[in-house]
Amino acid sequence: MSFHRIILTVNGSTEQVDVPGNMTLLQMLREKLALTGTKNGCAAGECGACTVLMNGEPVNSCMVLAAECDGAEIVTVEGLAQDGQLDIVQQTIIDEGGVQCGFCTPGMLISARALLNRNPSPTEAEIREALVGNLCRCTGYARIISAVKAAAEATQ
Amino acid sequence: MTTASIKETTNIGVSKPRVDVREKVTGAAIFTDDIQFGAGLLYARVKRSPYPHAIIKRIDTSKAKALPGVKVVVTGEDFPHRTGLYLKDRYIFARDRVRFVGEPVAGVAAISEEIAQKATDLIEVEYEVLPGVHDPVYGASPEAPLLHPDLGNYEVPNFIFPVPNTNISNHFKVRKGDVDAAWSQCAAIVEHTFRVPHVQHVPIEPHVAIAQVDGEGNITLWASSQSPFAQRNLIAKSLNMPESKIRVIAPLIGGGFGSKAGITMEAIPVAIAMKAKGHPVKFRLTREEEFFTNFVRQGLVAKIKVGCDKDGRLLAIQNEMYWDGGGYTDYGVNITRAGGYSGSGPFDCPNVKVDSMCVYTNHPVGGAYRGFGMSEVHTGIVQAMHMLSEKIGMDFAEFLKLNVVQEGDKILTGMTMHKTGIKECIDKVTQAVNWGIKEPPSAPNKRRGKGLAVMWKAPAMPPNAGSSALVKLNEDASVTVLIGGQEIGQGSFTAMAQIAAESLGVPFESVKVKGPIDTQYSPYEWQTVASRLTWSMGNAVRNAALDARKKIIDMVAEAWGEKPEDLDIKDGYVISYKTEESISLKDIVVYGIPKPDYSGWVGGPIVGSGNFMPTYVTGLDKETGQGERAVVHYTTGAQAVDLEVDLDTGQITILKAASAFDVGKAINPDLVKSQIEGGFVQGMSSAIFEEMKLVNGVMQNPSFVDYRIATTADIPKVIEAYIVEAPQDDGPWGARGVGEHPMVPTIACLANAIYDATGVRVSNPPLSAEKIYLALLDAGVVK
Repeated sequence: MSFHRIILTVNGSTEQVDVPGNMTLLQMLREKLALTGTKNGCAAGECGACTVLMNGEPVNSCMVLAAECDGAEIVTVEGLAQDGQLDIVQQTIIDEGGVQCGFCTPGMLISARALLNRNPSPTEAEIREALVGNLCRCTGYARIISAVKAAAEATQ
Repeated sequence: MTTASIKETTNIGVSKPRVDVREKVTGAAIFTDDIQFGAGLLYARVKRSPYPHAIIKRIDTSKAKALPGVKVVVTGEDFPHRTGLYLKDRYIFARDRVRFVGEPVAGVAAISEEIAQKATDLIEVEYEVLPGVHDPVYGASPEAPLLHPDLGNYEVPNFIFPVPNTNISNHFKVRKGDVDAAWSQCAAIVEHTFRVPHVQHVPIEPHVAIAQVDGEGNITLWASSQSPFAQRNLIAKSLNMPESKIRVIAPLIGGGFGSKAGITMEAIPVAIAMKAKGHPVKFRLTREEEFFTNFVRQGLVAKIKVGCDKDGRLLAIQNEMYWDGGGYTDYGVNITRAGGYSGSGPFDCPNVKVDSMCVYTNHPVGGAYRGFGMSEVHTGIVQAMHMLSEKIGMDFAEFLKLNVVQEGDKILTGMTMHKTGIKECIDKVTQAVNWGIKEPPSAPNKRRGKGLAVMWKAPAMPPNAGSSALVKLNEDASVTVLIGGQEIGQGSFTAMAQIAAESLGVPFESVKVKGPIDTQYSPYEWQTVASRLTWSMGNAVRNAALDARKKIIDMVAEAWGEKPEDLDIKDGYVISYKTEESISLKDIVVYGIPKPDYSGWVGGPIVGSGNFMPTYVTGLDKETGQGERAVVHYTTGAQAVDLEVDLDTGQITILKAASAFDVGKAINPDLVKSQIEGGFVQGMSSAIFEEMKLVNGVMQNPSFVDYRIATTADIPKVIEAYIVEAPQDDGPWGARGVGEHPMVPTIACLANAIYDATGVRVSNPPLSAEKIYLALLDAGVVK
């Protein structure tokens, strides 16, 4: 097994990690950096629970090899709050009641953040489209969609 | 005390924020797979049967054992005891034969998941393939091969009725009145067979469990589990060990819906860890395994016949149900029982005949799934009622209100129905969708229709399923509530904090309810299932908080020389109504209160304890299903939708969905509404998308791409939730459960609406666009 030494930024901190060639970004975050907020729901890029920002874009971290992340800038759910102050979409998902079991929540929040970064005032159709790859089995989605709307409105 | 006095409260009926929410939005919440075990961790993988039914002729594990990095290989030879939640019909690893595709045959632990997988591939198993059973009606017939020749010898509780020398592992019967004599009195009769396919729970968190066995043989299991106490008990039974040697630790659960109740894959890492003492052994299911190797929702074939008089009053209900139980029915037998004793649906009818049969097949193993049989039962019985109302020429809402069960009715099992708000539920949802008003579709190629359905469901559990709780006060006057019931997303920890705060007289914010549930330290709870926690565990928490309250008041009364009845606890202070003195709970609840002049102390650390167990549930007669009180209560409800069917594609668009449930009392209305909304969408997903496609016992679609669940793109524009409150006599503040119920009526509700829109009945889910379009084509509605 080949190992790769990579240097990347994770939630604003520079990290140097030695990763085997077959390790995914998801495994590296969880097993090497102890960032277990990012979840493994299918390991096949189908459920969105492992969504992180890679250079500002939402990606399924189970489908990205860690070795590809040399020089990348990664943001995980742990990196959304700043100095204990929640990101607005973290606050609105609480206010709207968009969290039940919480397993899809990290990926959902990252996808929502990515949407709001590229489109600060999305329509409901745009919100639905941006979250379509993030599966949730508990909430029925309506309150999550409301939370993203509320976050957008609060930022205006 | 179990019946709470109804008085003005500040914590009950109030939508307090979830106690677990901040950690869930920051990523700090710990789920089972997040626990770090260090370098000694081993990974388990399982060798599974590729055949639905076969004799195991030979297993050769020598190549797997020789692979570097492999620590342990086990087979059924190592674990000879049968286990199972109700019917003890299964082994941890198959021993003589396999009965479904995916059944564990051997287990491996290795230093990496890759090596463990490679080792399972090296295990050689020689099978003799046997003919299979792939349909429950055939399985129940004398022609079918016998899947469990030893059925008559399996250990089983006295309320489950296996039929030896058949594939019927439970035959539950109801005989009320005389249906055969009633048919001739009927002005209208409907007969129809309904088929409900297998579906999967699909929690976003796959099953995961880690086991470690110490040098003394003590077992610790960390598991994503709805049932840490039941798992401890079942593992103890299957390993022939005392419960005290086993500790189950259950962190937060990433969705369960019943799939993490009872025991399935959790025994596997335990079995392996026993051969690798000291090492933690982690076993996690892949998403593919999650689909067919674990509990599934059983398929159902229901042959239904219903009849009414000329005024639309029900005269007879006959429901013959064949449950596709799968290769093992350790849990399925009780789903069949629940399906049987609720098999009439929520209707008052003088003549009822139900036969509910759990049938062994060579399909994946059935287990609890949100609703515990009720979605499947209601799919048929409520559609049949809709068909009957049309035949007799009555508006369906009127027909339902004429026939739904009411307080005082003798239900099918002879139990007297308690107070229920089902009619109010019907009113709420019919008003919400403008029932009775035909509204135009949005385009010429669309048809618009409205659907309505009702439901009931009782907690399905052993008659004496118990709860217990401890309420512990801390130096800073914060309150720790210890419970054994799980936070599975439904908000149980929040509801328990509200109940404890209200009962004790302290601010909600001062009450801490946290996981993990740990059988070594948490008080006993049967299982987090059956929508029973708010009611049962809520009573236990209330009793524990009242016990702590009494101890505090007694202490202060003694210190102040007052009578306890003159004292109260409000907002974290003990107050005297007599002297108007007050004292903060801070410090006194741990250190006690000094007597005057250094003459000693009163009190000590305060811990309250409480429990709850229903003591009034009676058995049902084996031949007639009659008894005084088979269940603790029924939660009822109604659902209505307004939808459009696209004639060009068969696709449906739900314009509005409205649900109303009688929850007795909503401890936290917003969390109740969240359950109702989320449950509707799960029900909708199962109704229009979901089906495990089984061909000769092999699932064809075990991935999220091929087994589609609802996404943000699919949900209705408007989802409304209504709360109805007809108090439960033994619930805390009158509460009863609602966790499962919201998805129960949905299949029937949508099928009825599609019929209303198009005049074509598509009765068997999934009500997919393809199926609807083909039905429209068949009926000549489209060409």
